Amino acid sequence: MGPIDPTALQTIWFILIAVLFLGYFVLEGFDFGVQMNLASLGKGSRERRGTMLKTIGPVWDGNEVWLLVGGGAMFAAFPEWYATLFSGFYLALLLILVALILRVCAFKWRSKRSDARWENSWDAVHIITGFLPALLWGVAFSNIVAGVGIDENSWVTTSLLGLLNPFALLGGIVFVLLFWLHGTAYLAIRTTGALRADANRQITWLAWPTIVLGAVYLIWNQLAHSHTWLAWLPLLIAAVALVAVVPLNRMGREGAAFVATTVGIGAAAVHLFLGLFPYVLPSSTDAANSLTVANASSSEHTLLVMTIAGVVLLPIVIAYQIWAYWVFRHRVTGGDSPAPGAELLEKARGGYRRAFEQD
Amino acid sequence: MEALDLARWQFGITTVYHFIFVPLTIGLSLLVAIMQTVAMRAKDEIARDAWIRLTRFFGSMLIINFGIGIATGIVQEFQFGMNWSEYSRYVGDIFGAPLALEGLVAFFLESVFLGLWIFGWDRLPAKIHLLTIWCVAIGTMASGYFIIAANSFMQHPVGATLNEATGRAELDPEKGSILSVLTNVTTLAAFPHVIAGAWLVAAAFVTGIAAWHMVNHHNRARAAEAGSREAADHAHLAQRVFRPAVRFGTIGMFVAGIVLVISGDFQAQILFRQQPMKMASAEALCETQAGAPFSILTVGGPDAFSQDCSSVTHLIELPNLTSFLATHTFDATLQGVDDVNAQYKEQFGETVTDIHGVEHEADYRPNLFVTYWSFRLMIGLAVFSAILAFWALWVTRGKGESARTTGSGAFKWFALLAMPMPFLANSAGWVFTEMGRQPWVVYPNPDDPTIRLMTMQGVSSHPSWMVVTSLVVFTLVYGALAVVWFELMRKAALKGIPAPKRDQQTDEIDTPVLSFGY
Repeated sequence: MGPIDPTALQTIWFILIAVLFLGYFVLEGFDFGVQMNLASLGKGSRERRGTMLKTIGPVWDGNEVWLLVGGGAMFAAFPEWYATLFSGFYLALLLILVALILRVCAFKWRSKRSDARWENSWDAVHIITGFLPALLWGVAFSNIVAGVGIDENSWVTTSLLGLLNPFALLGGIVFVLLFWLHGTAYLAIRTTGALRADANRQITWLAWPTIVLGAVYLIWNQLAHSHTWLAWLPLLIAAVALVAVVPLNRMGREGAAFVATTVGIGAAAVHLFLGLFPYVLPSSTDAANSLTVANASSSEHTLLVMTIAGVVLLPIVIAYQIWAYWVFRHRVTGGDSPAPGAELLEKARGGYRRAFEQD
Repeated sequence: MEALDLARWQFGITTVYHFIFVPLTIGLSLLVAIMQTVAMRAKDEIARDAWIRLTRFFGSMLIINFGIGIATGIVQEFQFGMNWSEYSRYVGDIFGAPLALEGLVAFFLESVFLGLWIFGWDRLPAKIHLLTIWCVAIGTMASGYFIIAANSFMQHPVGATLNEATGRAELDPEKGSILSVLTNVTTLAAFPHVIAGAWLVAAAFVTGIAAWHMVNHHNRARAAEAGSREAADHAHLAQRVFRPAVRFGTIGMFVAGIVLVISGDFQAQILFRQQPMKMASAEALCETQAGAPFSILTVGGPDAFSQDCSSVTHLIELPNLTSFLATHTFDATLQGVDDVNAQYKEQFGETVTDIHGVEHEADYRPNLFVTYWSFRLMIGLAVFSAILAFWALWVTRGKGESARTTGSGAFKWFALLAMPMPFLANSAGWVFTEMGRQPWVVYPNPDDPTIRLMTMQGVSSHPSWMVVTSLVVFTLVYGALAVVWFELMRKAALKGIPAPKRDQQTDEIDTPVLSFGY
């Protein structure tokens, strides 16, 4: 016997949660990727690492909010899902939280002192907090789609070690590779000179393992865990997009290559969520305890209220976030990131800036 | 310790810690926005120069503080599901909505526009750039509003009905739905109180730091050779930069103080009606009493300061004051802790069943030691702010040519001492609010007590070691961050503001740079 069919509003909210996490992975994905790249592209040069961080400095915070809103929306629309998942994945979430806390501090505090040890230490924090959450999100989402042990109280019975199964670990590695590649493509469009050239070179050797392992992971999910053949479609789109990254990169089409990694991550997320539907957290122990879109959701009335709020607010949010990206669209050079044609202003404000060193 | 106690300790530690930084962020983002507005509207070049410098000076501290507020805020949102999953299931239909709205309305606004403000000084037109910091300030206050609406549902649930079939609370359109939750009278009273508390924190912060620098520059101007350029620079910084900042902070403290008193008075009256147990425990009032006094000093036997008030002795009392606070009449009858407890036992049962199905004897009394003293601490610490505000006003009196600054070391050190006091008062206020609600996590609404949940029924089913792990990890990480935060804030605060450039020939203060952009 399959799960009860969800209502239209329940389905809409499942899609919305998927969109919020998709937004989080696509946007925060390149932030994580840039942080990871401090270890590869930024190796040996503190100044270059500073330049790399400047490309995401103004935007990472807004990107992370997609997670907070995703978590809040999950609480509001699917309280059972939120409660079971967050209590059940306790230790994994604890690790993610610690990483996210340290990462905020690394972003905000790295530039607050200019001695080498201070900056190098925060750079190390950046690298760890780029890799670790990416890995853990991969592990967590793999377990969501594959299902975990759930008892009749909706309490998760799988331990942390149980969460670290082969499928989930592969998922973690794939998330890391995808975000790393994505961050590299982002650096290619946001930087100049040697850094930009290095980023372009790295895309080539990073793309192949990402494609191979990504394909194994997604096909494994489709064959073992997906609940619909429709999930083949985003899987194929993800594959095409990721394969296209290499030739686009060779042709020097940096913008298109970044779009391709974006589509790749987005399609992979769609694949995972589409394959999960109509479940939100399948039970691997007793199918009767599975959490579904229908049985884990809030009341229809709450969903309606939240739908109205979302319809009004989300477009406004997206509009000003796009505007923020537009304001900071220029490539970041090794210097103090002036807008084109702003030299005069820069000169005039030089002394003023030196006095404050805020940026 | 049991997982329940550990989970409560963790929530207490992470929340109090989070709320050290949040009031400063809320208050300071508004004050910095006002500073930047004053700068832009200033007619006189020197004032404009001073206010821009002050904006950036306090802005640099705002940024340091903002980061840690965000970082610890993520934990807050996740923690409901992690440690309080049964609570989350019970109220999720209602409680999740304000949290999601907080994200949609406030978090995006704050974080996107903070990025624009920090990195947009040279990118954006001046007026748009000013707008970005106002968006940040509004975002932080909106965030406060939604989280207080969520918290108020725990204090006084409205707009919802218990679904008998699922045993969970649900938003009810017939009771006004989300609008009732967002316009809960508890929210409307708590919001101005919390926001004004944040203003007091930030205003005392600005006053304290500006006072420190004003006194120092005043003394250095005196110490320097009379008529020298050094003396003129220090005098300028004391007179034209930090003195206005001290006055500005002082005005903020007065505004905050007035709003705090009015909203606090309103809250006490609501508390009397909505949460009689919390009202009684604020006074550690055992027996029901007409014309209840307000005690200033209370002692008791060995068990007195837990839940048992039988051996409590009030030593110094102000007659009838508590009754007045609660109702604005001196002879009103206030229910005592023991009487409310007996009433609740009758109404809600002699026993309570926890998440594992185990029955416990019900005790509806909070920890009286904590509620009694946190309530007094919250109010009592205001003395420091009041002295600072009046003292600062006095030493900076005068206008125009006769505007004074001071070199008083006593004033400087007192200003520093008074700076952390509103932080402590804020924490004490929240400890009172949350501990006074115990043993409930959702306190029954007296008009419709069907929706209610005891804390032991809201906790997740975790083994103790797991909660110990997270408790230890969070405490260690938070402790380390506090050290770094303090160091960074101290450095940023001590850095001060450099003297403005002077024209080599005329020795006039030179401000062409600033008029360029603004």
